[in-house]
Amino acid sequence: MSEHAISVRGLTKSFSGRKVVDNLEMVVPKGSIYGFLGPNGSGKTTTIRMMCGLLTPDAGEGDCLGFDILRQSGQIKENVGYMTQKFSLYEDLTIRENLDFVARMYRVRNRTARVDRALDELGLADRAKQLAGTLSGGWKQRLALAACMIHEPAVLLLDEPTAGVDPKARRDFWDEIRRLAAKGVTVLVSTHYMDEAVQCDYIAYIAYGKKLIDGLAREIPSKVGLSTWLVEGPDIAALEATLRKDPGVGQVARFGTVLHVSGIDKEALAKVAERETAKKTHDWTRKEAGLEEAFIYLMAHSEDNFGNGGQAQ
Amino acid sequence: MSFSLARFRAVLVKEFIQMRRDRITFAMMIGVPIMQLLLFGYAINSDPRHLPTLVEMADDGPASRAILMGMQTSGYFEVEGVVTSAEEGDRALRDGTASFVVVIPPDFERDVVRGHSPDILLAADASDPAAAAGAMGAISGIVSTAISETLTGALSYAASSPPPFGVVVHRQFNPEGETSTNIVPGLLAIILSMTMTMITAVAIVRETERGTMETLISTPVRPAEVMLGKILPYVIVGYVQTGVFLAAAQILFAVPFLGSPLAFFVGFNLFIIVNLALGFMISTIARNQMQAMQVSFFTLLPSILLSGFMFPFAGMPGWAQAIGSVIPATHFLRLVRKVMLKGAEMADIATDLWRIGIIMAVIVVIALRRYRQTLD
Ligand SMILES: Nc1ncnc2c1ncn2[C@@H]1O[C@H](COP(=O)(O)OP(=O)(O)O)[C@@H](O)[C@H]1O
Ligand SMILES: [Mg+2]
Repeated sequence: MSEHAISVRGLTKSFSGRKVVDNLEMVVPKGSIYGFLGPNGSGKTTTIRMMCGLLTPDAGEGDCLGFDILRQSGQIKENVGYMTQKFSLYEDLTIRENLDFVARMYRVRNRTARVDRALDELGLADRAKQLAGTLSGGWKQRLALAACMIHEPAVLLLDEPTAGVDPKARRDFWDEIRRLAAKGVTVLVSTHYMDEAVQCDYIAYIAYGKKLIDGLAREIPSKVGLSTWLVEGPDIAALEATLRKDPGVGQVARFGTVLHVSGIDKEALAKVAERETAKKTHDWTRKEAGLEEAFIYLMAHSEDNFGNGGQAQ
Repeated sequence: MSFSLARFRAVLVKEFIQMRRDRITFAMMIGVPIMQLLLFGYAINSDPRHLPTLVEMADDGPASRAILMGMQTSGYFEVEGVVTSAEEGDRALRDGTASFVVVIPPDFERDVVRGHSPDILLAADASDPAAAAGAMGAISGIVSTAISETLTGALSYAASSPPPFGVVVHRQFNPEGETSTNIVPGLLAIILSMTMTMITAVAIVRETERGTMETLISTPVRPAEVMLGKILPYVIVGYVQTGVFLAAAQILFAVPFLGSPLAFFVGFNLFIIVNLALGFMISTIARNQMQAMQVSFFTLLPSILLSGFMFPFAGMPGWAQAIGSVIPATHFLRLVRKVMLKGAEMADIATDLWRIGIIMAVIVVIALRRYRQTLD
C-alpha cells in the first residue's frame, strides 16, 4: 500500500508551442485535502486533466491510486470522481436523469436506490424533475459534486468547485468536503480563493505552469520566508503610498486601518521599521507571517512574471 | 474494459431524451423532407448531351452507318457499342449503362429503297425525362438527313416526302415523361444526405461545445459505446424520414414503386449509415455547432449538383463525373431510381451497393482515426 493517492513527476504539457504545465511534481497523500492554488491560466485545470487521463502529457509520468496515468486511464476513471470547472452535466436533462446517466456510466449497483439517496443528500428530492439548466450556480455546483461522487470514488478531483458561488454555499461545500475526507476520501481541490487555502491540509501553489511551493498548509508561510509587521496609526493611506515606494519593503497589504508590511529581506525590512518607528507617528509590531501574506506575496511574485513569463523558454 | 451494453444503452436513452426535448431539431427532421419534396417537386429542365447509347444493328449498310454517324455528330448521343439481342439492350437500360438503345431492323436500307417505310426503334430510359427529351426530339431529323445524304442519285426519289421510314420511340420506366417522377426518388438521396450528416455532426459537436464531452469522457465510457449510442437514434430518424418520403411520393406525386422492397431497404440502410459516419467524421473536424453545420452543408452541395440529381450524370463534363462518382448520393440516387422506377431487384443494384460500401469504409477509417478519447 502506497500512502499517496496521486503522485506525478515531470508533468509537462504545451498548447501550440506554449508550455502550460512545466515539469510539475506533486504528491497527494491518501485521505488528505490537497489545495491546488494559482492564478487563472496557471495550468491547474490542465494538470488535473492529465491526472485523470483526459489529456495526454507531453512528458512526465505518475500514478493515481496505483494506476499509471499514461497507460491505465480506464482504471483511473473507474475510481476517480472528477468535477469540471465549468458545469458540464446536461442542462436539457433533469436532475434525476443526469444522476441516473452518470450512475449508469459507472455501472453503479442498486442504481435507483443510489440515485434516490444522492437526491436526498442533496436536498433536491422534490425537484428531481427539474431541468439541470434551470438551477442556480450554487445548486449546479452541488449537483455536479453529487454526480462525481455517485460511484463513491476513492479520489475526488474538484476543479474550482466554489467559483462564483455565494459564501453560504461555499461554507456548506467545504463542510461536505471535510466530511468526505474524514471518511478517507482523498480530495484534490483547485481554487483561487485564498481563504479556502486555510481549509486544506496540504497546498501547492503554481504560476505559469511551474510549481512555486508546496507542503503542509501550516508550513507554507515559513517556507515562503516572509517577515511581516503590523502598522497602525493616523493617515494610513499616505503611509501606505510611501512604503510602497520603499525598496526595503516587499509588499503592503491593507486590512481596514491596519497595514501588513512584509518582505523577503528581513534585514532591510527591519531597518525600515526602525526608521519609521523613530518618527513616532505609527505603531510597528512584528507578526508571524500568515498564509494570506504568503499568498499575496506569491501572487505578486507570479504577476511579475506575466510580461516575460508564460512563454516557454 | 470491453464494450458495455449498459453504458451503450445509457447513451442511447440520453440521446432520445435530448432529441425529444429539442423541439426545433425534431420538427426539422420531419419538416425538411416534406418541404424539400414540395420545393424540388417542380421540374428542373436541362438539355443534356452525349448520353450513352448502344445500337443493335441488324443492317449495316451505308444508310445505317450514316444514321449512326449522324447521331454521334448531333451531340445528343454517344454511341458506345453494339448489342446483339433485345435482352442485352434491356439490361443496359435497366442498370444505367445506356440511356438509349437504337435498333435498326434487318434489311432496313433495302426496305427504305423499296418504299416499305421500315421502323427504327429508339428505346429510351425515360426515368430521367429531361435527359431523354432532347435526344428523342432530334432522332427523326437525324435519320432523315442521314438517309437523304446516303441515298442520293438513283434512289433520291425514296428520300422525298412522305418519309420512307418511321421512328418508334419506346419510353421505358416513365412513359408519361413526368419530371417529378424522376426528381422525387432522387430527392430521398438529398434529404438523407442533408439531415443525417448534419444532425449527427451537430449532436456530437454540441457535446464538445457545451463542455459535456468532458464529463462524458471522464467516465469509463468507451468510444464505440458513444458512437453507437449517438448514431442509433438518428438511424431511426432516417427511417421516419424515409417513411414520410415514401408516403409523400405516393400521395403527392404518384411516383410508382416497381422494384424490390428488399433492395430498397438494404440500399437506404447502407446510405443512412454512410451519412451518419460522414457526420461523425465532420464532428471530429468542426470545433463548434456552426462549423459542423457549415461543413455538412459544404458536403451537401456536390451531392445536389454533381450526383445526377440536378443535372443528368451522363451529360456532365468528365471532371464533374469524376467528383460525382466518389459521392455516396450519386450511387444511392441511381439505386433509388432503379428500384422505384425501373423495378430493379437486388442483383441490379449490386454495383451501387459496393460502391457506397467502399466510400463508407474510407469515411469510417478516417473518422475513427480522428476520434479522440481525450481533450487533446
Ligand atoms: N485545449 C487548450 N488549447 C489551448 N490552450 C489551452 C487549452 N487549455 C488550456 N489552455 C491554456 O493553458 C493555460 C492554462 O490553462 P488552465 O489549465 O485552464 O489554467 P487554470 O485552470 O489554472 O486557470 C491558459 O493560458 C489556457 O489558455
Ligand atoms: Mg481552470
